[in-house]
Amino acid sequence: MIHFVLLISRQGKVRLTKWYSPYSQKERSKVIRELSSEILSRGPKLCNFVEWRGFKVVYKSDQDDNELETLSIIHHYVETLDRYFGSVCELDLIFNFHKAYFILDEILLAGEMQETSKRTTLRLIAAQEELLEAAKEEASSLSSIIAQATK
Amino acid sequence: MNPFSSGTRLRDMIRAIRASKTAAEERAVVRKECAAIRAAINENDQDYRHRNLAKLMFIHMLGYPTHFGQMECLKLIASPGFPEKRIGYLGLMLLLDERQEVLMLVTNSLKQDLNHTNQYIVGLALCALGNICSAEMARDLAPEVERLLQFRDPNIRKKAALCSIRIIKKVPDLAENFINSATALLREKHHGVLITGVQLCTDLCKISPEALEHVRKKCTDVLVRTLRDLANSPYSPEYDIAGITDPFLHIRLLKLLRVLGEGDADASDSMNDILAQVATKTESNKVAGNAILYECVQTIMSIEDNGGLRVLAINSLGRFLSNRDNNIRYVALNMLMKAVTADGQAVQRHRATILECVKDSDASIRKRALELVYVLVNETNVKPLAKELIDYLEVSENDFRGDLTAKICSIVSKFSPEKIWYIDQMLKVLSEAGNYVKDEVWHALIVVITNATELHGYTVRALYRAFQTSAEQESLVRVTVWCIGEYGDLLVNNVGMLDIEDPITVTESDAVDVLEIAIKRHESDLTTKAMALVALLKLSSCFPSCSERIKEIIVQFKGNLMLELQQRAIEFNSILAKHQNIRSTLVERMPVLDEATFIGRKAGSLPGAASTTTMPSVGIPNGEAKPAAPLIDLLDLSSDDAPAPSSSGGDLLHDLLGVDLSPAPQQSGAGQPSKSGTDVLLDLLSVGSPAQSSSSTVDILTSNTNGKSPVSPLDDISSLSLSSRVNSNAGAAPMMDLLDGFGPSPSKENNGPVYPSITAYESSSLRLTFSFSKQPGNPETTNIQATFTNLSSNVYTDFVFQAAVPKFLQLHLDPASSNTLPAAGNGSVTQSLKVTNSQHGKKNLVMRIRIAYKLNGKDTLEEGQINNFPREL
Repeated sequence: MIHFVLLISRQGKVRLTKWYSPYSQKERSKVIRELSSEILSRGPKLCNFVEWRGFKVVYKSDQDDNELETLSIIHHYVETLDRYFGSVCELDLIFNFHKAYFILDEILLAGEMQETSKRTTLRLIAAQEELLEAAKEEASSLSSIIAQATK
Repeated sequence: MNPFSSGTRLRDMIRAIRASKTAAEERAVVRKECAAIRAAINENDQDYRHRNLAKLMFIHMLGYPTHFGQMECLKLIASPGFPEKRIGYLGLMLLLDERQEVLMLVTNSLKQDLNHTNQYIVGLALCALGNICSAEMARDLAPEVERLLQFRDPNIRKKAALCSIRIIKKVPDLAENFINSATALLREKHHGVLITGVQLCTDLCKISPEALEHVRKKCTDVLVRTLRDLANSPYSPEYDIAGITDPFLHIRLLKLLRVLGEGDADASDSMNDILAQVATKTESNKVAGNAILYECVQTIMSIEDNGGLRVLAINSLGRFLSNRDNNIRYVALNMLMKAVTADGQAVQRHRATILECVKDSDASIRKRALELVYVLVNETNVKPLAKELIDYLEVSENDFRGDLTAKICSIVSKFSPEKIWYIDQMLKVLSEAGNYVKDEVWHALIVVITNATELHGYTVRALYRAFQTSAEQESLVRVTVWCIGEYGDLLVNNVGMLDIEDPITVTESDAVDVLEIAIKRHESDLTTKAMALVALLKLSSCFPSCSERIKEIIVQFKGNLMLELQQRAIEFNSILAKHQNIRSTLVERMPVLDEATFIGRKAGSLPGAASTTTMPSVGIPNGEAKPAAPLIDLLDLSSDDAPAPSSSGGDLLHDLLGVDLSPAPQQSGAGQPSKSGTDVLLDLLSVGSPAQSSSSTVDILTSNTNGKSPVSPLDDISSLSLSSRVNSNAGAAPMMDLLDGFGPSPSKENNGPVYPSITAYESSSLRLTFSFSKQPGNPETTNIQATFTNLSSNVYTDFVFQAAVPKFLQLHLDPASSNTLPAAGNGSVTQSLKVTNSQHGKKNLVMRIRIAYKLNGKDTLEEGQINNFPREL
């Protein structure tokens, strides 16, 4: 299983962290600090790192996991992000970090692969966004304003 | 709406933070936002809760503490709306982890959400549960998740499957409940459900043997068929990656097949064809294809042997080695390491490629390749391999040299066909990278040199030559100094010239020059200078013409600030001045050092022989370094490091543990080399203060023994106990005799005051009682007799007890009476402990314990803390 996934910008800013194993807050900061300094100084050719659009995606998986597979999983995720945002740039990820998380949660669960079809993943995300829209509409609809006012 | 509520939208806050030019500015913005959020939380603001949590999450990612937001997550999760729940669950997963007790409060919400009518909300709950649930939550909610495995919507089924994985990992007992529903998933067509179902079955089979049986019998064929259909399927745009349909599913299927085929010939048979097909037909120019191949190779190597298939697999790996992609090469090297045990011959064929990898630009690949080469060395290929490695040594990077020299020396000493070849290679290594060579390596070299009497002349001349060019390599200098001291006459008189040697003229003065340079170099350390002094003394005896000059050199050290040098200088000077008559006898040629004993000591065996430390290194009494040896065996983290017996015991521990140990015991003798190492080791649940145990324990325990030299089965070592048998005192007691028929007090002398026994630890399967005694006049030390009783109806084997104590206590553990604990209290295992409380009277005894044993072949571990020691101990 994958134990964690980190997305770090070239300047060392953490843009996304997802932990699938119990790491205390202290341990998490330690991991992030150490990895940041190590990755940013090493070239693009090392294992456990995926270079992507100025980001380094780092993951840690089990000893007996297939590292090439994990690499592919990460590729899969970033391609899905690409498709969703349409050629994503760092700003997209900063202002829409929660969406990046939602997408990751549709691809990985408990550190394992959940869905192998990008199309299905994005369809699910779209469906949930419709729900959000519907909820927002309802909240701003006339009836609810009246309900609020009379509370 | 509160007019003072936090007015900024999420993106405004993000903009403000990004616009900060200094860290202080950023902190100010964050502080302001946090204050606003806190205020909103206090007022129980509902409207902006959603937004505030999003802000908190962003702030959390920046690294600021956000624990005050945890309850907000709970409130959001409890809200009825989808948007609130979504962000609430996200916050939960980010801000909390399973070890926090707050998490338990979510259980109820989760339960409701798992039964929600909106399937997306069910999905949220499954996601959160699957990512961070604790064992209690897993147990509570397992029935819901089980039910959801058959939900109408495939997206829920797949989430439920992965959630189930976490549940059975947290609570293995529940595994059986999932077997049927999990196997049903294997027949699905939806790829998401299929892949998650396969993963669930894989973990099930790893955890539960019944599941493994069931799946193996019922599903192997289905799986083989599915994989075949997948491999043969036409292009599918939805699942295609690099020309392969759903490589992830390929890989997971292969993994499950591996678990099923391992150890079962029938299952392995049924998958041979598809494995061969995947191994040969998969395109290997992209990561996806290689990932599949890699998994396929792993599966082939793990299932029951089919010779042809294995060779196929290893050849695939060989091809990987030439791939341009680093990741693939790395992964292939890893795999080949494992394959070597299965089929060494097949791997040998790729030796050349592997050797090339040793020279790779990537450090991780170099390291892996070197280890692999090490494993492949045998008598036939040792010469060319050693040559290649030594050639590479010259151009290798500094941080790699340590590893490289260690491996080369190891290879060379293990497989060298003749002594002269060994000496040549070692000299090359020392000249090239002597500073990276460990002490025991050049010690070993000296031992071999003394044993190769016909090569003494050759060796000393070669060393002399090497010294002219490579005098900056410390180890080389030391060996040279020693050899010139011993064989100076051979050097000067060209004794024992071999045909291959070039003629060389060395005068007595030249020889003394070498020693003088060595002793006066800035970089020479204490050991080298000390050795040089001895060598000078030896030379003064065999080169009488240089005697005056030598005396002058020695005299200069009479006032040296280093005690060792001062002492030697004064003593040697005295010999030179006043005891000419015995000088030559004193410095006669060394007897041949016994290789067997040296190697025996190296292997950490018993200190049987008297100290053969005729090494001119800093003299260490044999017993001192001894305690380090079994520790090193235990902690032997790198397979190649020879366990260090002698003065470098401390150094090796240093290397292995990265612990800043005090240097190997000084001349003052009673050093405690592993003192700070002990503190680290306490973390590892080991024992304290080995050196301390020497006198007192032996006194108590040997009072009535017959002084047989103890046989120490390695089992005892594995219990991480440094018992008294480790000490060099030959009277160390045979434990069996002592512990038989023992009362509560291990010493036969009159007991001190009696203390009540305690039940130190009790579980449903095991009870541990301690009984105490103290020796009168020694209030700080308590002798404890530990008795283990098996409360279950199964026998426990490989029973190992470990204990750790805080720093103010010292603990000494004797070997247990047995490693097998018979069932249902039909016998018990006893073990003696001794605890010394440096804060006796001020602090109570406390101990953490760990008990490991095998129950029906399965490893079991029980841990606990003992707090109920009687106060007065």
